[in-house]
Amino acid sequence: MLTLQINGHAAEFDVPDDMPLLWVLRDVAGLTGTKFGCGVALCGCCTVHLDGQPIRSCVTAARDAVGHKITTIEVIGDTPAGAKIQKAWLDLEVVQCGYCQSGQIMSAAALLAGNASPSDGDIDDAMSGNICRCGTYPRIRAAIKHAATL
Amino acid sequence: MTNLPPPAGLHGPGRRSVLAGGIALVLSTALPAGSRIARAASARFAPNAFIRIGADGSITLVMRDVEMGQGIWTGASMLLAEELDVGLDQVTPEFAPPNDKLYRNPLLGLQATGGSTSIRGDWNDLRKAAAIARSVLVRAAAQQWNVDPAACSVMRGIVTHGATGQTAPYASLVPLAVTLPVPADAALKNRRDWLLIGTSQKRLDTPTKVNGKTIYGIDVRLPGMKIASVAICPVLGGKLARLNDTAARKLPGVVDVLKLDNAVAVVGEDFWAAKQGLDALDIDWDLGANAGLTQAQIVQGHADASAGSGIVARMEGDPDTAIAGAAIKRDAVYQLPFLAHAPMEPINCTAHVRQDGATIWCGTQVPTRAQAEAARVTGLPIEQVTVHNHMIGGGFGRRLECEYVGIAAALARQVPYPLKMIWTRETDIRHDRYRPYYYDRVAAGLDEKGEIVGWTHKTTGSSVMARWAPAGMRANGIDPDAVECAENPPYDFPSLRVSWVRHEPPGLVTAWWRGVGPAHNVFVVESFIDEMAHAAKQDPVAFRRSLLRMNPRARNVLDLAAQKSGWGSAVPKGVGRGVMVQSAFGSFLSVVCELGVSPENEIRLRRVVAVMDCGQAVNPNSVRAQVEGGLVFGMTTALYDEITLEKGRVQQSNFDSYRMLRMDETPSIEVHIVDSTATPGGLGETGTAAAFPAVANAIFAASGKRIRRLPLAAGLVSGS
Repeated sequence: MLTLQINGHAAEFDVPDDMPLLWVLRDVAGLTGTKFGCGVALCGCCTVHLDGQPIRSCVTAARDAVGHKITTIEVIGDTPAGAKIQKAWLDLEVVQCGYCQSGQIMSAAALLAGNASPSDGDIDDAMSGNICRCGTYPRIRAAIKHAATL
Repeated sequence: MTNLPPPAGLHGPGRRSVLAGGIALVLSTALPAGSRIARAASARFAPNAFIRIGADGSITLVMRDVEMGQGIWTGASMLLAEELDVGLDQVTPEFAPPNDKLYRNPLLGLQATGGSTSIRGDWNDLRKAAAIARSVLVRAAAQQWNVDPAACSVMRGIVTHGATGQTAPYASLVPLAVTLPVPADAALKNRRDWLLIGTSQKRLDTPTKVNGKTIYGIDVRLPGMKIASVAICPVLGGKLARLNDTAARKLPGVVDVLKLDNAVAVVGEDFWAAKQGLDALDIDWDLGANAGLTQAQIVQGHADASAGSGIVARMEGDPDTAIAGAAIKRDAVYQLPFLAHAPMEPINCTAHVRQDGATIWCGTQVPTRAQAEAARVTGLPIEQVTVHNHMIGGGFGRRLECEYVGIAAALARQVPYPLKMIWTRETDIRHDRYRPYYYDRVAAGLDEKGEIVGWTHKTTGSSVMARWAPAGMRANGIDPDAVECAENPPYDFPSLRVSWVRHEPPGLVTAWWRGVGPAHNVFVVESFIDEMAHAAKQDPVAFRRSLLRMNPRARNVLDLAAQKSGWGSAVPKGVGRGVMVQSAFGSFLSVVCELGVSPENEIRLRRVVAVMDCGQAVNPNSVRAQVEGGLVFGMTTALYDEITLEKGRVQQSNFDSYRMLRMDETPSIEVHIVDSTATPGGLGETGTAAAFPAVANAIFAASGKRIRRLPLAAGLVSGS
C-alpha cells in the first residue's frame, strides 16, 4: 500500500511501488486528464506537479511520489498561476487537438508560479520538453507572456 | 529542458489488487462520454440529419466531421448558427453516428473527415440545412399569430413579429414545427446580414481541453474494463510462430494473454500490468517474406520503376522538343521519404463484443469504416455494431485507417469484458501505415530570355487511392492524388507533361498523411521552379510572378508574402529566405521562410511569413491557427523525419528517432489573411504542404546547397 496525496486528497493505493505515477493516476485513480504520449519522458504529455515542480509522471515511480503533493491538470486552475495560464490559453486560442495541452499547461503553470515575467529564454527552457504535434508553440509562447500580465 | 527524476525501478515486480471505487470517488470519476444524438426532449424538431431542436430549447448540431484540432466543431457550428439565427453559444455539437447516407462528406463520397474538406462541404450543406429549419420555425410562428412569415424576424432563436410585437422562442414552436412540411430549399442570408461568418469566434471545444475534462478515446473507462498492450509481428506479413506466456501470466495484475495470427496481447487490470506482461512474453515470430527487406532495396525499387514511361496525367504542347531546343536545360530527381503520423494520442480502441452485438469507443476519421471493420472481424451484422466517436488527439490521416479497430475487436471477441487496447508509442510508430515514398523526375528548359519553354514531371510511388478509395481512380488509371498540384501547377507553362508510375513497395502499407498529394508535389514543383529561377539568374519572387499572369489569386498572395516578409532586404551572412506559392485544397498560400545555416550545417529557423487566401474565412483566428500549425507540422517533417526499414522492420520508434520540432526551435510565424468573398477553401493541410519547399528554398538561399531529398537536415549534412 502506498499513500499518495493527489490534488489535496490522501488516499491509499494497492499498486506495485514501481508503477509509474501516470498509470496510477489514469488507470487506478481515474484521473484521465494527464496523458500518455511516449512513456519515456520525451514528450511531456504526462507532466504533473510534485510539490509544485513539473515532473514526467510516465517515468516517476509511484513510491517516489509518496510524501509529496501531487497536482494534476484537473485542479491546476485552483492555483493562481494555473488559473492565469488556463485563461491565457483560452484568450489566445492556443489549443487545437488538445491532447498535449494538459502537459503544456502544467509546465507553463510551474514556470509562471516561479517566474512572474518569463523571458523567451525562460519559456524555451521550461517548455522545450513538451511536444505539440499540432504546432501550437507560437501561441503557447504568446499565451505565457499574456498570462504574466493577468 | 526541465530536469526530471530518473525512471527508478521501472521493471521490478510488485503485488497488486484491484482498487475498489472508494478512492476513485474521492478523486474523480471519468465516465465514458458517448456521442448520442440529443435525446432529452420528448418532442424535437429534426428537419434534417444535422439539426435537432428540443422543446427544452436545446439546439444540437449533429456533426458529420470529427474534431481533431482543426476547429471544425466551431466553424461548422458558426455556419449553422448563422443561418438559424441563433447565437453560437446556443448550439451544442455532437458527433454523428456512423451513417454514410446521412453524413456523407460530399467531397469524399463517404462519412470521412480528411483532405481539408470539412468547411468546403459544410459551407453549402449546413447553411442550407439551417436556413430550411429556420424557415419552418418562422412559418410555425407566423401561422400561430396569423401573420405573414416575411414580416417576422429572428434573433438568438426568438421569432418576432415587428408590427404586433409578438415573440416566440424556437422551443415554444417545436410542437407546431414538427407538424409542418419541410421545404426542399430556403434562401440563404445576404452576406451583409452575417453576424458570425467572418468574425473570430471562441472555439467550443477548448474550455474542457485546458482542464483535462475532455474524454479522448484513450480516456474511456467502463465498468469491468481491462486494458490490453499489444505486440505485433515486427515484419509486415509475418506471423506468430511460438509463444511462451508462463512468466507473463504469473505477474500481478495480468488477466489474460490473447493471440492473433500476427500479434499477441497481454490484458491487465491497468496498462502498466499489461505492459509488464508483454515485456515478459517469450515470442518467436515467423517473419515471412519481408524479413530481409532493406531501405536500399525499397529506394532502388522506386528508382527502377521511375525509368518506365508511366501514365500521362496531363500533356500540353510538346515539352520534350521544347526542352531539347532550350537555351538552358535542367533536370533533377527529388525524393520524399515514408512518413509516420505520430499523433500525440497513441493509437487506441476500446471494444466490447457480446453475443448480441459490439460496441466500439475510439477516435476515428471514418466512423462507418470503423463500424464495418468491427463487424467484419466479429462476424456481427453491421447494425449490431455501435461506434462511439470521440475527440481525437491528432488525426493527420492516421485515423482514416481503422485496422486498429479490427485488432481491438479481434482481441475483445475472445473475452467477456470491455477491452481497451492502447499501443505504446513504439508500436504506434512501427506499425503505422505510412505516407508513400516518392521518387520524382523533373526537367525544364529556358529560352534566351529566361522564360520556361517546357516542363516535365514524372512522379513514382504507391497509390493510397487505389487501396483506400479505388472509385477515386481515373478511367485512364491515374491516381489523382499522386499528381495533385503537379498536373495543375499555378504557373502558365507553354508546354507540360505530367506522368505517374505506380510502384507498390513491399514491407509496409501506405496511407493518407497530412497534406496528401500537395505535400508531395508542391515540394517538387516549388523546389524545381526555384532552381529554374536561379538558372535564369532571376529573383525567385519575380520569376514566379511572371509565370502567374493568368492566376491573380496566386500572384496576389505571392506579392503580399514578399511585401510582408521584407523580401529582398539585407540578411546576415548565413541567413537566407525561401519563397513558395501554391494553389491547393481550394486555397492560395504563399510562404516566405527565413533561416540560418551554420558552417556546421546546423539549421536555425528564424521567421516565417504566410499569406493565405482561403476565400471567405469563416473563423479567421482559426484560419490563422491552422496555417500556423500546418507550417510547424511541415517544418518538423521537412527538416527531420523519415521512416526507414531494415530487415523488414521500421527503424524509428519514439520521439528520439522520429523527432519533433520543439519550442526552442520554432520560429515566429505570421499569418496574414486576404480579404475575400470567394467560396471557402480548405485549410488544415495547406501549411504542411507549403513548409517543405519554403524551408528547402531558404536552405539554398542561406547555404547555396540544393537539397532534393527529404529530410533536409540529413540531406544538408550528406550533401544530397
